[in-house]
Amino acid sequence: MNPFRPVGHAFLAFLEATGRLFLFAVIGIGHCVRPPLYPRLIGRQMIDIGYYSLPVVGLTTLFAGMVLALQSYTGFARFSAEDAIPSVVVLSITRELSPVLAGLMIAGRIGAAMAAELGTMRVTEQIDALETLSTNPYKYLVAPRLIAGVTMMPLLVLIGDVMGIFGGYVVSVFKLGFNAQTYIVNTWNFVQAMDVVSGLVKAAVFGFLVALMGCYHGYMSRGGAQGVGQATTNAVVSASILILISNYLITEMFFAQ
Amino acid sequence: MSDATPTVPKIKLAGVEKHFGTKTVLNGVDLEVAQGESLVIIGGSGTGKSVMLKCILGLLTPDAGEIEIDGRPITRLSTAEREAVNARIGMLFQNAALFDSLSVWENVAFGLIQGKRMKRARAKEIAIRKLADVGLDADVGALSPAELSGGMRKRVGLARAIAGDPEIIFFDEPTTGLDPIMGHIIDELIVHCVRQVGATAISITHDMASARRIADRMAMLYRGEIIWSGPAASIDDSGNAYVDQFVHGAAEGPIRMELRKL
Repeated sequence: MNPFRPVGHAFLAFLEATGRLFLFAVIGIGHCVRPPLYPRLIGRQMIDIGYYSLPVVGLTTLFAGMVLALQSYTGFARFSAEDAIPSVVVLSITRELSPVLAGLMIAGRIGAAMAAELGTMRVTEQIDALETLSTNPYKYLVAPRLIAGVTMMPLLVLIGDVMGIFGGYVVSVFKLGFNAQTYIVNTWNFVQAMDVVSGLVKAAVFGFLVALMGCYHGYMSRGGAQGVGQATTNAVVSASILILISNYLITEMFFAQ
Repeated sequence: MSDATPTVPKIKLAGVEKHFGTKTVLNGVDLEVAQGESLVIIGGSGTGKSVMLKCILGLLTPDAGEIEIDGRPITRLSTAEREAVNARIGMLFQNAALFDSLSVWENVAFGLIQGKRMKRARAKEIAIRKLADVGLDADVGALSPAELSGGMRKRVGLARAIAGDPEIIFFDEPTTGLDPIMGHIIDELIVHCVRQVGATAISITHDMASARRIADRMAMLYRGEIIWSGPAASIDDSGNAYVDQFVHGAAEGPIRMELRKL
């Protein structure tokens, strides 16, 4: 038995899956830019992703900002650099924590829901039924989710930015004894447009990835309840990994010297 | 139109083959269905009945052979052309495949609103009328599919299949999962509805009682090939050992079930 055979098999399977995903994405994006669109469905997805995720994203970033202030105080106090805390908080939150944490939370909340819904539709033949009723499932199911993912994530992250900075402010002022006015002035002076913009670009990319993974794994799911469960897991895991990888790449693109 | 060219069958399959990996599911299916005819395809589980329907519907692309509707080949169409062909076809899925995010009337009207771009109010009127055709009240229209029983789901699925007044209707195991009485009622509804819209029908089933009630003609699919076809009345003296075994449900005979020996 040739020892290279399983390696080759795995590699070919990987290439095949990548090609299939790429094709899926291209067709999906194609349907996002070509009319007719379904405003009613896009609206419903936007409410689901944008509005109903607000508490999750808000809480996550709020506590991230709080713990960030607390931990950096522990470190910075050793060499009397407490003044740097507002800048550390605002930089970390806007550039990294808000987009990445929001992305991961949305991957769990929305990516899983999309994969489960489309997967169930697939195994109960509802996607086949769409086609027999002269409705393109990419246009009806995939495009609205992609559009809603790309447009809603930046808004969520913007709110996450505000909540995270607020969390840092609360801990610094009420627990660590910072002067409220100085803290706000320091934050405001230090934050740059590029920090926030890079975070929002990340958010749009993450929103696209989550929606794409949710739709792809749901759409391709096979084999009943177990298949749908598998699709849901795959959607969340692959979206999370892709978020972390693309996060690095975008950071490199924006801030590498 | 069909009077002028009576020789062109409504649906024609010639040498249709479909493989999944190394597994051959359809091995050269030849079949013709005349305008207005109701053909029932019988055959055991896993003989390729569903795959054949999906090939005609364009959900799967055959690896070889040609499928024609009204003499026009339909296997390699663009998406837009395919949608135009599917607009003339109705399909009742095995478990009805109702969209559970929509209400019952929206399900029935789906093809009218999305496919034919009809106004919602007008489509709702038609949906309510089609629900009445399958014996359901107008207030069922407001329910969600999850609230329906199996028999009612089938009726709604049937109403959705006939909503666009299709020229061709497919029925995938119409009586599976229903009690014998409800099965009988659905069969009668199918016969009634198909006649009413004047459609050509292909049904696939392994329920012989149901097949006898719906069929003008029957064909038997075995190992990816049509091994017998003839008028429904001649099913009991087909002279084909495979058909006889299937009709009588005998465990012994030429048909080998693909089971592993214990």
